[in-house]
Amino acid sequence: MNRGNASLANLLPGALGIAAATAFLILFLSVESQAGIAALLLGGAAVVVATARFGGIARMRRSFAGDEGAMNLVVVAAALVLTGFFYEDHFTLLLVATVMIYMVAALGLTVQFGYAGVLNFAGAAFFGIGCYTAAVLTKNTALPHVLVLLAGGVMAALIGTLLLLPVLRTRGHYSAVVTIAFTLLFKTFLEVNDTLGGPQGLRVDGMNLFGWRFNDNIEIGETLEISFFANYVIGSLILLAIAFAFVRRLERSWTGLNLDAVRLDETAAACFGYNISRWKITAFTIGNFLAGLAGAIYAMMLGFIAPTNFTFGDSLILVSIVLLGGIGNPWGIAVATTIVIVLPEKLQIIQEYRFLLYASMVILILLFRPLGLLPRPLRSYVPGWQPK
Amino acid sequence: MDLGLFSQYVMNGLMLGMMYALVAVGFTLFFGVLDVINFSHGDVLMVGSFTGLATYLGLDALGVVWPAFQVTAVLAAATLAMALLGAVIARYLVLPLKSAPALNTLLITLMLGTVLREGIRMFYPEGANPKPFPALLPTDAYPLGNFNLRIDNLLMLSAGLVVIVGVHLLINRTKLGLAIRAVAQDEETAKTMGINFNLVVLVTFAIGSALAAFAGIMNGLYYNETNFGIGLLLGVIGFSSAIIGGLGNIYGAIIGGFLFAALQTVGAVALPFASAYKDVFAFGVVILIMAWRPTGLISEKVSERV
Repeated sequence: MNRGNASLANLLPGALGIAAATAFLILFLSVESQAGIAALLLGGAAVVVATARFGGIARMRRSFAGDEGAMNLVVVAAALVLTGFFYEDHFTLLLVATVMIYMVAALGLTVQFGYAGVLNFAGAAFFGIGCYTAAVLTKNTALPHVLVLLAGGVMAALIGTLLLLPVLRTRGHYSAVVTIAFTLLFKTFLEVNDTLGGPQGLRVDGMNLFGWRFNDNIEIGETLEISFFANYVIGSLILLAIAFAFVRRLERSWTGLNLDAVRLDETAAACFGYNISRWKITAFTIGNFLAGLAGAIYAMMLGFIAPTNFTFGDSLILVSIVLLGGIGNPWGIAVATTIVIVLPEKLQIIQEYRFLLYASMVILILLFRPLGLLPRPLRSYVPGWQPK
Repeated sequence: MDLGLFSQYVMNGLMLGMMYALVAVGFTLFFGVLDVINFSHGDVLMVGSFTGLATYLGLDALGVVWPAFQVTAVLAAATLAMALLGAVIARYLVLPLKSAPALNTLLITLMLGTVLREGIRMFYPEGANPKPFPALLPTDAYPLGNFNLRIDNLLMLSAGLVVIVGVHLLINRTKLGLAIRAVAQDEETAKTMGINFNLVVLVTFAIGSALAAFAGIMNGLYYNETNFGIGLLLGVIGFSSAIIGGLGNIYGAIIGGFLFAALQTVGAVALPFASAYKDVFAFGVVILIMAWRPTGLISEKVSERV
């Protein structure tokens, strides 16, 4: 009983933090005036800095380390509250779903270079492969849409295997170039290929899961009509939860430990009998699968895709998310994706300048805080364990 | 294929090769002194090309129309400005991260490239559209059969040759070149011999970036157009050329540049679908080369120290 109280007290800071963040997000998303948004941003930043200064962030971290399962539920509940609050607002729900989908893709990237250290500057390309797979399959086949989602992931992983040989044989700068070349190749290929719509792109059908049509508004009774984007929010939340749980489990497992060993010192890992190629292939394939999966649902949500969504700049945005959040920390990704995706949509002034802004932001992060906003903590196998 | 068309392709290949070689030499120089890849190199080239364009427009507005002076001024402004930019990049972005993981240098230069590219796109007047580049060189042509030998192409080729020979002499015959080679061989020993390491790095970055600016002007003159996106393509191709020749090896980089251009030209001629898929083909070749020879045809002769 006593212990139960103690753990509840321990959970409180984390729960409070999430509640505050949710309230702030709701406020932020509902304010329209640019001055109001700027003021909220400054206020929010000040509060975060002050909390960090007085040890609040460390206490929240302890909550998460103490009982992660409970905290995960709190976060899911927060996401549902947020969705419920904006139940008829198309634009905001679209934004929320987009953030979640990008989180899935960024999780894929985390597995690749957060854990295994495999550089991938083609994140947007694999995301795009998922999108185009969904477009082609929904248009030309009657495949159930669950399978279409999976096919998006599988296709990205399959095309990724084409890059395996060059990525495995090269290191560091060299493998970076392979993936950069692939991103450029992918976009130019889409632009000149007429069967895939060329520069005009393709239309994609909406999601239809066992008769649950995602593109219809949900009507409850006579008066309550919920925006159809709520479907996609729920869908991508489920997807995100699965991906997140998977990545966390992967990190805790022997596989995750092996991936870390490969990243930290390839030579030493090889000396201890690790099969470097095997782990790199594993990480690269899992990451591409997640990116493709995210792409497939994204395409169905938008209903329309074109090559301009998958430029090198978009790949760099994915990389920026991972770096900004703290390489290898899934929670960091959640924070960073929200900042990176929501900010330019709300603050119209920076929409045009977003590539410029994020690139500069990453430069500053690398110079002054190379571990990111939320650095990856040590693994804790025992709940509540704290590094000395 | 008749001789005229063939000569046309050869000329085209030579021009491309010269540009690629100039870019590749920059990559290889940076790698030599600091073991880093400067991924913003291609975008430095692009900024150089825009600096040249802006200089021309400025001169035009001032009413200076003497062509020889225009060319000189455009070249001087672009190369000097980019040399300065290169030194600044080395001083404030690359050197501070010297002891950090190589990944950080890679990312920081990649992001700087984005900053430069987006900076030109957003802040150069109508930078998002392709800009016509003035024909500063005489455009007379001598018909040889059905091939038109253009004076400006010939001039550019010879100028490129002069620059490459100049770099060769600088590296091999001057004290500065000796210092660069010493630093490339062993940083610690070079320092104990009294070589100012930081200065050598800055100068090397300045030289490499000036070469990129030269290639940028050449690119503008050759295509009569420049746009904010050329850096990405030329950067990736230049880097691949440097790798084909083996990073750190200047002559390898030059050969690599011409080899890559030859490959691209042959590809464009031989493959029926190639005209639309020209760039797809080029990048595909980059990936294949990396898979085949990960550290280049003439690979580095250093074994890794653990």
